[in-house]
Amino acid sequence: MDPQHLNLIYLIIAAAVATFLTRVGGYILITQMKQIPPRLEAALNAVPAAVLTTLVAPAFVYGGLDVTIAMFVAFAIALGFNLSTLRMLVIGWVVVMLIRHVVL
Amino acid sequence: MTKDEFWEGVRGGFPIMLAASPFGALFGALAVDNGFTIADAVFMSATVYAGASQMVGIELFGNHVQPWLVVLSVFAVNFRHVLYSASIAKYVRHFTFGQKFLAFFLLVDPQYAETEKRGERGLAITFSWYLGFGLVIYIPWIINTLVGAIFGQMIGDPKAIGLDVLLPVYFMGLVMGFRKRDRFLPIVTVSALASVAGMHFVGSPWHVSIGALAGIVLAACLPPSERAAAPTGVEKEA
Repeated sequence: MDPQHLNLIYLIIAAAVATFLTRVGGYILITQMKQIPPRLEAALNAVPAAVLTTLVAPAFVYGGLDVTIAMFVAFAIALGFNLSTLRMLVIGWVVVMLIRHVVL
Repeated sequence: MTKDEFWEGVRGGFPIMLAASPFGALFGALAVDNGFTIADAVFMSATVYAGASQMVGIELFGNHVQPWLVVLSVFAVNFRHVLYSASIAKYVRHFTFGQKFLAFFLLVDPQYAETEKRGERGLAITFSWYLGFGLVIYIPWIINTLVGAIFGQMIGDPKAIGLDVLLPVYFMGLVMGFRKRDRFLPIVTVSALASVAGMHFVGSPWHVSIGALAGIVLAACLPPSERAAAPTGVEKEA
């Protein structure tokens, strides 16, 4: 194996270790504490919605008009009819395909 | 280790595996495009196992960015996992050391979301369920990377087959699943605005950390509500 390729392998291993540290770090930190302060608990409680929103909002704004419309329709129908995430996925996909291949 | 719980996990993870599959293939294709061999791409999917950060990693590597900066970027993109493992600590405390090691290795976004959801509905988080849910996503992720790396050119334009819309809609569904939580609307509003601002002024992938931090800091700073004092109600499944 040439040295440059070996460097890539080391890079991937370093990235894997860094990722694993993030996945185990929170558990180690939280189990070292005797009691969780209320504000920390409120912060932790907010994590999923806060993080996942950052993966949604920029796509809604910058993803293009077709993506924006598809996301809005999927959101409205899923909320109105209380649909599962999978059905919502199908709706979003159908809308974006209709816009791209039928309407345009 | 019970078979029923394992297969319940497999069934639960199956739709997520389907939704993630195109991205595994896309990663494989893009990795080869950025100078990885097929084996490198498969090796990265099997060891890092974090889609968004893998995409960031190959992008930076392809642009000949310094290795330490690539690793730092992967760490930053994955930093949310620190919060995940802290948040699910209460559900996995009973796992053995080896089980915890494996469980944290498999802790991707949907694994976290489903564990949290299941825990809040009062269902037991058994290692069998967790492993079934995790493996049905992990193993196809590696296989799809291989397929994508081999047949990279066959994907062509991901937009033409509507791949680009799947991930945001999927994450939107997950967000909606948490709508019964305390302070849901202010947190989501602030995170949405901050992430869009972050995308606009700083750029990807920093918008993730910026937006998440904004919502979390807000939640910590708001005065404790009356609902927070009461025991958490059962969350409705999305």
